[in-house]
Amino acid sequence: MEDLNNVYNELIMEHSMNSYNKKKLENADFSEIGHNPNCGDEITLELKLNGDIIEDMAFSGHGCAISQASTSIMIDTLKGKTIEEAKDIINTFIEMVKREITDDEQLKKLEDAIAFKNISNMPARVKCALLAWHTIEDMLNKKDNVGKGSIDSCH
Amino acid sequence: MNNLKKDFPILENKNIAYLDSGATTQKPKQVIEAIKKFYETSNANPHRGAYGLSIEATEIYESTRTKIAKFINAKHREEIIFSKNATESLNLIAYSYGMNNLKKDDEVVISIMEHHSNLVPWQKVTKVTNSKLKYMYINENYELSDEEIENKITDRTKIVGITHISNVLGTINNVKKIIEYAHKKGAIVIVDASQSIPHMKIDVQDLDADFLVFSGHKMLAPLGVGVLYGKKELLEKMTPFIMGGDMIEYVYEQDTTFAELPNKFEAGTQNVEGVVGLGAAIDYIESIGYDKIQEIEKEVVSYAKQELSKLDYLTLYMTSNEDKHSSVISFNINGVHPHDVASILDSVGVCVRSGNHCAQPLMRFLGIDSTCRASFYLYNTKEDVDSLVNGLNKAYEMFKKYIKNKCQ
Repeated sequence: MEDLNNVYNELIMEHSMNSYNKKKLENADFSEIGHNPNCGDEITLELKLNGDIIEDMAFSGHGCAISQASTSIMIDTLKGKTIEEAKDIINTFIEMVKREITDDEQLKKLEDAIAFKNISNMPARVKCALLAWHTIEDMLNKKDNVGKGSIDSCH
Repeated sequence: MNNLKKDFPILENKNIAYLDSGATTQKPKQVIEAIKKFYETSNANPHRGAYGLSIEATEIYESTRTKIAKFINAKHREEIIFSKNATESLNLIAYSYGMNNLKKDDEVVISIMEHHSNLVPWQKVTKVTNSKLKYMYINENYELSDEEIENKITDRTKIVGITHISNVLGTINNVKKIIEYAHKKGAIVIVDASQSIPHMKIDVQDLDADFLVFSGHKMLAPLGVGVLYGKKELLEKMTPFIMGGDMIEYVYEQDTTFAELPNKFEAGTQNVEGVVGLGAAIDYIESIGYDKIQEIEKEVVSYAKQELSKLDYLTLYMTSNEDKHSSVISFNINGVHPHDVASILDSVGVCVRSGNHCAQPLMRFLGIDSTCRASFYLYNTKEDVDSLVNGLNKAYEMFKKYIKNKCQ
């Protein structure tokens, strides 16, 4: 019961049900679809860069409260960061969820995304929390390969 | 008070309301004991050894085949083929019958409520053979109408695949009528009985089914054993699906002749403990009797329908026709994702399935992504229903202030 309230807390509920990040971007540079075939959750992430900085992000799609909130909070955390900072934050989040990092000091950089620390107590829902983070990871990896012919650009 | 619960050790050991029997049933101690006894007294590789123990294992394995033949009233014992599960049985039919009998422009007709296992293989086979895959759609009451059946099954139809009971909607399809009509049009019919055989008597001769498949684990038997029933004259003409040991007659360097039925379709050492467990599960079901099973289920499922109908935040996906509904209830809390509902139910010890239930085309047809599903069996009680309702109220309380004009 305590686990449940730790997971379905105010922040996560607000983001999951009424996210201001759930919209279309006008001039996205990159777009990537993330899908959990077992549960049907599907999101589309859009990213706009300004040089090396993540200027804006948005998402659309459908899924459970955990996947929707995780996506929205991830966007809040990563907006304004450089790509290198973002990659570090993404790795930290994934390691937190896998319980490989537990030190709160190290987790500070996750900002609000630290709210998902307790998702590791609900193993069936870990993949929901990770969907957006794996999707942005794929998107940034593809971005690194620009010019090698494997990028899903919006233009 | 349901006194069958005491036969199921896991339900004694864990304080849960297990409402996921449509995915897999729990096992009675009689089944668990039978498997234990087999390993303690009779284990050897059937059909292979000249020694007593192997012959004993063979007798147990083959007598279970006879038991299953009687259980579903097959005319011949060799019409019963053991498989891994219903999925493997359906793949066997698709590859060994479908691949060789379908021609360009022939049609395969299935219903929109099929499980992926009776759908994806037909996509593959119709693509390879240049035949067509057509769907019978459900009406607003989640049922197949006679008009729909007669519109879709035509002279071009060669194979009809139909689930006896939908694993999502609980709709009981009139397979006897579908088979009669399909035969008039010259098509053969495959019945997926995975969701029906745990709950009702199956008589393959009365249905006149050409093929019928089911999984053991949904009817109290262990995981990993299933059955394919096929009419002897069809099975005899079919080529083997999996090649290997024990399904051959003569093997030369370049050519092989195959064994007779049923061995032709049972390559490699089989899941004998699974077969033993399936035999014990049939004994258990017969000792209770389908009449009694239906009586228990009717009481619990009617109560569930009555109580769930009172929750105005809930959408139920099922026919209003009591006679055409089995013991599966799909539902959603409007505006809340089923996975969240299932996690909250889990926190109060209620086990339900959430997701697309291996029926994505049905979900798309219904215009939803997923549902929660409570499925009932002979060990469930009204108390389990009360736990479900309490859990749902709790989930709704947690979410209601965040639900804003969301409807599903």
